[in-house]
Amino acid sequence: MRIPCPYCGLRDAHEFSYLGDATVSRPAPDMPDAQEAFFHYVYLRENPAGAHEELWYHAAGCRQWLVVSRDTRTHEISGASFARAPKADASHAEVKP
Amino acid sequence: MSHYSVLSIIANAFNGQKGWTPAWRDAAPKPVYDVIVVGGGGHGLATAYYLAKEHGIRNVAVLEKGHVGSGNAGRNTTIIRSNYLLPGNEPFYEWSMKLWEGLEQDLNYNAMVSQRGVLNLYHSDAQRDAYARRGNAMRLNGADSELLDRDQVREMAPFLNFDQSRFPIQGGLLQKRGGTARHDAVVWGYARAADRLGVDIIQNCEVTGFIRTGDAVVGVETTRGPIRAGKVGLAVAGSTSRLTRLLDMRLPIESHVLQAFVSEGLKPLVPGVITFGAGHFYISQSDKGGLVFGGDIDGYNSYAQRGNLPVIEDVCEAGMALFPRIGRLRILRHWGGIMDMSMDGSPIIDKTHLPGLYLNAGWCYGGFKATPASGWCFAHTLAKDAPHAFNAAFRLDRFRSGHLIDEKGVGAQPNLH
Amino acid sequence: MSRLSSGGLIDRATPLAFTFDGRSYKGFAGDTLASALLANDVRLVGRSFKYHRPRGVFSAGSEEPNALVELRTGARREPNTRATMAELYEGLEATSQNRWPSLAFDLLSANQWFSSVLGAGFYYKTFMWPAALWEKLYEPAIRRAAGLGRAAEQADPDSYEKAFAFCDVLVIGGGPSGLLAALTAGRAGARVILADEDTILGGRLNSARTAIDDAAPGAFLARARAELSALPNVRVMPRTTIFGVYDGGTYGALERVGDHLSVPAPFQPRQRYWKIVAKRAVLCAGAFDRPIVFGGNDRPGVMSAQALRTYAVRYAVTPGRNAVVFANNDHAWSAAFDAADAGVKVSAIVDVRETPPPALLAGATARNIRVIAGGEVIATSGKCLSSITVRTRGGTETLQAEVLGISGGATPNLALTSYFGGRPKYDAALAAFVPDQTPPGLSVAGAAAGQFSLAQCFATGAAQGVAAARDAGFAATPAPLPETGDTPTSLSAFWHVQGSKGLAFVDFQNDVSAKDIAIAHKEGFRAVELLKRYTTLGMATDQGKSSNMAGLAIMAELTGQGIGETGTTLFRPPFTPVALGALAGHHREKDFRPTRPTPTHDWARKQGAVFVETGLWLRAQYFPKPGETDWLETVTREVKAVRSSVGLIDVSTFGKIDLQGSDVGVFLDRVYINTFSTLAVGKARYGVMLREDGLVMDDGTTARLADDHYVMTTTTANAAKVYQHLEFCLQVLWPDLDVQLASISEQWAQIAIAGPKSREVLAQVVDAPLDVSNTGLPFMGAVEGRVMGGVKARIFRLSFSGELGYEIAVPARHGEALTRALMAAGAPFGITPYGTEALGVMRIEKGHVSGNELTGQTSARDLGLGKMASTKKDYIGRVMAGRPAFADRDRATFIGFKPVDRAQRLRAGAHFLPLGAVPVMENDEGYMSSVAYSPTLDHWIGLGFLKGGRARIGQKVRAYDPVRGGDIEVEVCDPGFVDPEGERLRV
Repeated sequence: MRIPCPYCGLRDAHEFSYLGDATVSRPAPDMPDAQEAFFHYVYLRENPAGAHEELWYHAAGCRQWLVVSRDTRTHEISGASFARAPKADASHAEVKP
Repeated sequence: MSHYSVLSIIANAFNGQKGWTPAWRDAAPKPVYDVIVVGGGGHGLATAYYLAKEHGIRNVAVLEKGHVGSGNAGRNTTIIRSNYLLPGNEPFYEWSMKLWEGLEQDLNYNAMVSQRGVLNLYHSDAQRDAYARRGNAMRLNGADSELLDRDQVREMAPFLNFDQSRFPIQGGLLQKRGGTARHDAVVWGYARAADRLGVDIIQNCEVTGFIRTGDAVVGVETTRGPIRAGKVGLAVAGSTSRLTRLLDMRLPIESHVLQAFVSEGLKPLVPGVITFGAGHFYISQSDKGGLVFGGDIDGYNSYAQRGNLPVIEDVCEAGMALFPRIGRLRILRHWGGIMDMSMDGSPIIDKTHLPGLYLNAGWCYGGFKATPASGWCFAHTLAKDAPHAFNAAFRLDRFRSGHLIDEKGVGAQPNLH
Repeated sequence: MSRLSSGGLIDRATPLAFTFDGRSYKGFAGDTLASALLANDVRLVGRSFKYHRPRGVFSAGSEEPNALVELRTGARREPNTRATMAELYEGLEATSQNRWPSLAFDLLSANQWFSSVLGAGFYYKTFMWPAALWEKLYEPAIRRAAGLGRAAEQADPDSYEKAFAFCDVLVIGGGPSGLLAALTAGRAGARVILADEDTILGGRLNSARTAIDDAAPGAFLARARAELSALPNVRVMPRTTIFGVYDGGTYGALERVGDHLSVPAPFQPRQRYWKIVAKRAVLCAGAFDRPIVFGGNDRPGVMSAQALRTYAVRYAVTPGRNAVVFANNDHAWSAAFDAADAGVKVSAIVDVRETPPPALLAGATARNIRVIAGGEVIATSGKCLSSITVRTRGGTETLQAEVLGISGGATPNLALTSYFGGRPKYDAALAAFVPDQTPPGLSVAGAAAGQFSLAQCFATGAAQGVAAARDAGFAATPAPLPETGDTPTSLSAFWHVQGSKGLAFVDFQNDVSAKDIAIAHKEGFRAVELLKRYTTLGMATDQGKSSNMAGLAIMAELTGQGIGETGTTLFRPPFTPVALGALAGHHREKDFRPTRPTPTHDWARKQGAVFVETGLWLRAQYFPKPGETDWLETVTREVKAVRSSVGLIDVSTFGKIDLQGSDVGVFLDRVYINTFSTLAVGKARYGVMLREDGLVMDDGTTARLADDHYVMTTTTANAAKVYQHLEFCLQVLWPDLDVQLASISEQWAQIAIAGPKSREVLAQVVDAPLDVSNTGLPFMGAVEGRVMGGVKARIFRLSFSGELGYEIAVPARHGEALTRALMAAGAPFGITPYGTEALGVMRIEKGHVSGNELTGQTSARDLGLGKMASTKKDYIGRVMAGRPAFADRDRATFIGFKPVDRAQRLRAGAHFLPLGAVPVMENDEGYMSSVAYSPTLDHWIGLGFLKGGRARIGQKVRAYDPVRGGDIEVEVCDPGFVDPEGERLRV
């Protein structure tokens, strides 16, 4: 598997470490029923067979956290962007393989 | 249907093999069953068998989207053991071991249960003490365990690398009753035995939806039409999330690929099962002579049933670190299976919040050894609407409550379990 | 000798001596072991897996199921080596395998007389009683009989390499289609890699006499090879097998660098494992000639028709007097003709077809080859083949034959196309499966695509070369194709001779016969995967390359389904078996993983340190002195030295992270359970961080060097994990925070000195005006300054040992110099270097938690650190740590232990039971996590987790350790064994 790192270019996946689902977001700790919200955040996953947005960390490269779009049935990667970039203007950082 | 024995084999040798009949019927679905078990792997078939045998519930269908044993039951590395640490796990796995020990006579099928020992190597004082803790926990549960020092390991496995090691072997935790079983034969044995008790094994029947009455699940839609049932149990590790998605259920499970390897056939070389403690590698030898080995999961979500080179290299590196005489032996096949990786590395056998729906899932990379007890406990849970003591800890709500069963202590990151 | 007097691609000027089963033979350079054995009239080469039937050479390539040998001897012994792929070299030693006592007389061949009992799946039906006999009797016997060759008994002495290569177009296979694909893409300027498993490019053209551009194929091959080697953008890799395709256009390849030599050349590996990353790839892997199933089809002397051609044409060998060809297709006829033209006596062609094409009949007549149309071979005889029985409409007839070339048609070699799950589709006209879906970027040309004729190979190879180059961004144009006279081959699907005599083998190596397939059918194992698993069809070392087609065709006959509906089993990589050593490369034995020496490693080694593996690090464990008899004596001395005077230890292995920015305080407050934003500049604080699930991730001290500058230390084990976690928090959770991180673990050496005299030692190495007095640098103080006359340093007044102590960080290259300076300064006090053991003893004496307690299963409360948690802020893990189970009164929590009988030794890993309780899980109350012999208290002490924890101080419990025979009473106590008030570290 080769990941198109927006900073380093197309690199072998063994340089990266994987965290998983990038679509979950950390709940506000002071929200009512925060414990239930955190339970969902920490433990529950959509786990789709198909398109998946996921977090990879370029440990042996630029040390950036990336959001990689990958199909879990084929492992085909359709793009990657910096996780720190706000979603709305991710386009400038998006790199296709 | 014939009873298998030396006599049946000899009789067929003289009649041109004409006396053999199908090992199980290729059943067509009936409109309604008492219980539907979704998944014709080892766990599903064992569940059906024990429902019939232990609970007298024989109006049971096992639905399989392909043919029996075509998922992880036929892709694993066939290891059986009960060397667990935590109180939520160990009694269950030891019960599984006891069921293995009587399985072949019970099923009238030789599943080649071979108790040639499972040896986990340790390479540091801290690892030794962790294994002592585990070995003691096993003893407290009535399992066997022995803590070996370096010399004892050398006596047992002189072929390992003791002198040129980056992480020298200091000893090992041995479970003599551990070993291997022939994975396909386990599936076929359960299928045949369940069939003989009246269970319908329905192959090429994929579940495409659930029939609901209010919240309750009262049947399934399949590629062979709707089938109704009093209770529906899912035993589809690897595909669990795909099915529960149809019910808008999110689970504490991710699907990951685990690769496995077999070498060309060789004269006897490795006794029992040996696991490396300083890298991801374990190895045994099949009765046919192939070295069967594996290592870590690839580490990313996958439904592709195949993996990539980094883990293949990692496994071979660890193999050569431990066992450098295998360098010229050749890998014959490598393949991948899809694991239900749960968030604490331990399984789920429980009712769900939906009446009529029961879940057997989250086996991570350790489902094969659990096959008998998983079926036995899931059957109990289905029949009694309550878990048996053996699976009482495998609750679905333990993540919410914090009663985790995390043997490795890596937390809610499935690819690290 | 059966060597033809002329022809072949062998070098007759280079004779090579070799042995097989101890007997000496001669071959030539260019031979394989198989061709050389056949040239020496050695026809019995191996024994089959189950029935130990005598077997010869079946093929001339990587699909060989029968001719497996142990190649080389001693530590280099390679079992199951295909004689057809082993290049001959001077002194080659090969031994037959899976036979006893000898190849010619194998006792286990008696198995075949019981084949009616030992049919498919027989072992699942018996050996069940008595259960205990399985491991003791049945299984060992089965295991000894099974298996094939023997592994070497020493470590593999050869080395292996790993390498990456990148290209625009990867061409897999160097036969006619591969050559055209590579030439076309290469001419267009694409970076091309042409990988071929053979030693010389050309594929089938090396074994054929078909004219190309009105000349022998050799002329075309010479031109093609010359042009490819002249193109600078083309890399030809002979002896290189593409064994798998992986994601992202990555192909696994094995280059056999030194396998054709007796030992690898100096400084060269035996094999090189490549990961080739290709924008596009073209599979030109050709096809296999598949056998026909009939009684006695496994006898030595029966080989594929194409192998007969290859041995005759390429190796100038006649593999036996009197050859007969038995086939259902035209291609086998051209093989017979080429063999005859090369000098082999081909006496007859038996074709199942009633009316073979007239052109072929004419060719046979011209060569004086008898044609038996509409015939079938129904029996063979001889230990090695001596005659065959043919059935025709007119009856049966026996023909003398030492070689029978059989061909049931060509099976495209499409394994790579299906490794991503693509199912091949059945082409009834070809009676073959052809590729359907392929992995992204991989296309197929030539025989692998079912385009069997030479003209088709050239055309599709060129076309796919153009397409691949264009996809990779190169303007490629189709080149003129070489002229060739051959025409598309025709065949009549035929799999299995009905009513033949004797066992009719489908899978030669695993001894799966047509009868076994019938048993599987009767018992319901009809799906191809079940058929495979029940009968072992296709599971031998050739992975069914020669057997699968006939096997599933026979099953299709039995079920009445079509072959297409029956389908194939999944192909799995590797395409041919790959040595484990190659995939490991140099990461083996001591080089399995890198070794990280600390900055003072060499110094410590000179002090006689014993080292211990700590993750990738090697750390000094203890420093024995002459006369000390065991580690405990040494460690005790080291501890006493620290507690009474001063000691020194290298703690550079701790993770060190530099944090700068205006929001570091806020950030640290969110990742630690306690507060760091209020930490004064010049001070350090101990912190605990959780995972988001509420359990402890790591601990360590963090110091504030300036308003916007902190340095964090982590445990050695978690350095990388914590750094990654902090980056996650910053980049993913809180990208708005102004914080920059840098790992400085490698950049700074950190040396700790501890003991009542440590300040006096430190004072001698610091440069003025740095003040390390109790007021200038109080407990938990952190200052920056200079040491040793100008070396930048950070000095932290911290203590893990419980004594007055300092950690001095200097740039890593000064670590050893600092150590020497401290040792010199401390000499008057008898400064003592100590290792990780003494460090561990002192931390246990102090009751500090460490790796044995930070198991990832423990919460801050479990560890007795719950009071540190701030209630005034959010931090990672806070919410989940509030779950019910975390507050469970029954949870085992951290506490100390000492033996009731102070002379007794404690063991970590012991479980705690109430006194007098039976040892069962229900009574399990916790376990001992760390133990040490305390030189200070003169008895063993322990730390661990016990239900009820501190509330049980003073009680006695049983420490139960049956795996080491331990069962003693221990007293629960405060974990602070030494100086619990912490007075000594504040002096």
